[in-house]
Amino acid sequence: MSVILTFLLVIFCFGGWWLTKNHFLSKPWLEHGAPAASVDSDASHRQTAKIGLGVFLAVIGSLFAIFTSAYFERMGLPDWRSFQLPRLLWVNTGMLIACSAALHCALIDARNGFLVPARSGLAIAGVAGLAFVFGQLAVWVQLVNEGLGVSATPAVTFFYLLTGLHGLHILGGLVALAMTCASAWRTTAISELAPKIELCTIYWHFLLAIWLAMVVVITGWAEDIVVTCSQLF
Amino acid sequence: MVEFTPKAAGAVPPAEVPDVELYHPTNWWTKYVFSQDAKVIAIQYSGTAILVGLIALVLSWLMRLQLGFPDTFSFISAEAYYQFITMHGMIMVIYLLTALFLGGFGNYLIPLMIGARDMAFPYVNMLSFWIYFLAVLVLVSSFFSPGGPTGAGWTLYPPQAIMSGTPGGQDAGILLMLISLVLFIIGFTMGGLNYVVTVLQCRARGMTLMRMPLTIWAIFTATVMALLAFPALFVAGVMMLFDRLLGSSFFMPALVELGERLEYGGGSPILFQHLFWFFGHPEVYIVALPAFGIVSDLISVHARKTIFGYRMMVWAIVIIGALSFIVWAHHMYVSGMNPWFGFFFATTTLIIAVPTAIKVYNWVLTLWRGDIHFSIPMLFALAFIVTFLNGGLSGLFLGNVVVDVPLSDTMFVVAHFHMVMGVAPILAIFGAIYHWYPKIAGKMLDDTMGKIHFWITFIGAYAIFFPMHYVGLVGVPRRYPEIGDMSFVPESINELNAFISIAALIVGAAQVLFIFNLLWSIRHGKDSGGNPWRATTLEWQTPTTPPPHGNWGQNLPVVYRWAYDYSVPGADEDFLAQNDPWPDKPDGAQA
Repeated sequence: MSVILTFLLVIFCFGGWWLTKNHFLSKPWLEHGAPAASVDSDASHRQTAKIGLGVFLAVIGSLFAIFTSAYFERMGLPDWRSFQLPRLLWVNTGMLIACSAALHCALIDARNGFLVPARSGLAIAGVAGLAFVFGQLAVWVQLVNEGLGVSATPAVTFFYLLTGLHGLHILGGLVALAMTCASAWRTTAISELAPKIELCTIYWHFLLAIWLAMVVVITGWAEDIVVTCSQLF
Repeated sequence: MVEFTPKAAGAVPPAEVPDVELYHPTNWWTKYVFSQDAKVIAIQYSGTAILVGLIALVLSWLMRLQLGFPDTFSFISAEAYYQFITMHGMIMVIYLLTALFLGGFGNYLIPLMIGARDMAFPYVNMLSFWIYFLAVLVLVSSFFSPGGPTGAGWTLYPPQAIMSGTPGGQDAGILLMLISLVLFIIGFTMGGLNYVVTVLQCRARGMTLMRMPLTIWAIFTATVMALLAFPALFVAGVMMLFDRLLGSSFFMPALVELGERLEYGGGSPILFQHLFWFFGHPEVYIVALPAFGIVSDLISVHARKTIFGYRMMVWAIVIIGALSFIVWAHHMYVSGMNPWFGFFFATTTLIIAVPTAIKVYNWVLTLWRGDIHFSIPMLFALAFIVTFLNGGLSGLFLGNVVVDVPLSDTMFVVAHFHMVMGVAPILAIFGAIYHWYPKIAGKMLDDTMGKIHFWITFIGAYAIFFPMHYVGLVGVPRRYPEIGDMSFVPESINELNAFISIAALIVGAAQVLFIFNLLWSIRHGKDSGGNPWRATTLEWQTPTTPPPHGNWGQNLPVVYRWAYDYSVPGADEDFLAQNDPWPDKPDGAQA
């Protein structure tokens, strides 16, 4: 359970920092009066969406952290056998990185006011994202053809479970991306578009980070790293 | 971060806190059914939770009939008894308490108490309720599925949960339960995002975090905990679905059933327990923290006194929330673990008693020399303190490994957790309903019916659960539909069991009176006015009662003070509303 506990430690540290920023030592019974109002309601609205996304990502992070914990716990049991990962997985990983990079370019373009490059960035990201999904499905088909069905070994089952769950989140990301694309082609006001692309980009970057973490776990690198580190002491 | 200027009150410009565009309902369906108004969603949540809670109440009657009068009711077989236990536990903990505290009170109180028009994402909020409703439908449908609901116990421990010997194990029962839980978690996450973001972003001008009522702090912290803890249940549920449907072996060891070796092998039932309790223990505080917050507010209002140690109360809430994530294995002492782990978890468990005790002392010190009004919300709040203390004290016994091991499988544990996370939160819920019903309905609940309801519930709950500790101490095991003849159990335990069962029937029946009161008072209750308890918090300062969609009419409230200005020397009344700029403008709250 060390993975989820580490994750929680990070969250709690963030929470502690946030509390100190919010004057948790103040004495409200001595204070009186109302502070001046914030005027920029647009900024505050954008902030709301961003914070909402941030909280959602924390929940997703917790979900995958717990899965990883369960993975390591199950891995410690004697019947664990790892299996050869299909090469295609690396191509898919490349696709996901390409998707994130394209989105990031689109975001920078949109912030700089270039509508057309932003649109093409979004389109490329969409194609790369779809390619990732189909690539993952192809990996599943390959595994089934090799005789590694869902219940073959615990490692294989975990592989299906983790890739499946990650894939579901990717599908959600594709829906968000499609909606962003739709508004990118409808609108000419780039200033409205940039915040939407920003939310999309944050989500996809996060899913990329989760995916890379999952790759590290599934390939067994995580274990190697832990072993190497423990030999240092 | 905002800075305070003590004399700023007069110079404050009109409210410029960003107002929100609300979705305005156009017909009956969008106004009352698929509503995006947090208050309507709150009532939908509460109504569904209470209805499904009544099912769980009837199940507890049936269990008590079996335990009090064994061999009397032929329709209660051992299988049926296990199904009753499972459904009673799961419904009460998840579908009633969690949904009612966070979905019900969270939705109603958060926007009103922090001075917002609605939740941050009203549409997602609506989806949250309907997914919860779907989860409840799936759960209830398992009663009508072939083989009936699952009888795996509310903890759903594998391997037995998905084996043919357990009711529903190889039928639809366990599947429907797991699917329902997964749905519940998805729905809750949508709601939870709203509660957190609303508290962070939608507070009225002047409502700093440290001016928020403790109810909001508690609901906020509980929601954060739930958002982080429910994924563990989600993971456990999905993995068990894989084991049951696809034949994987996450949790399933090699097993022989009816002489045949099953295809499972190598999995770890303990892994499930870790995942389940990683959710399960925070869950205890997910239902306890909102109760803490609500009780703090009730006590302050009905004793006309400033809450004692507001900052400590806030910190205690946050610390309890954080600590509750590192105590989960105290539910697993008897599963076998490294003694050092047992020591660690016993220590963390006992440490939680410190912030909890701070809260109890602060409640008592708030009451000390207060102007205590024994209104019904106050009675329930006082009953909560006593009951939570009682249940918490037996928790100190059970938190120690050496004491827990012999007691773990006895009725002592049943008595303990019903006191601390069954009766106590329910008492807080009743207090809260009596307290806020006037705001919801514009009418007071009937006082006489309320008093009868309170005394029967309070004394009755003790008649049920206090003797149960002794039943457990002599060694009567829990989870047994019938104990038969056990040499170490004295004859008189049977009479005690019968007494407990009769008390349970009476307490259950008293809840019918409560439901009747809720319905009767909508029409026949006394008009309450806007602020019948003369409370300071914002929800009582709405221009109209019940508050309309959007809550505040033209202008959002501006907050000038914290939530606990009772009996302030020199003030005209014994309370100062949070939006009252006194002493700068003595004529009080703005519209």
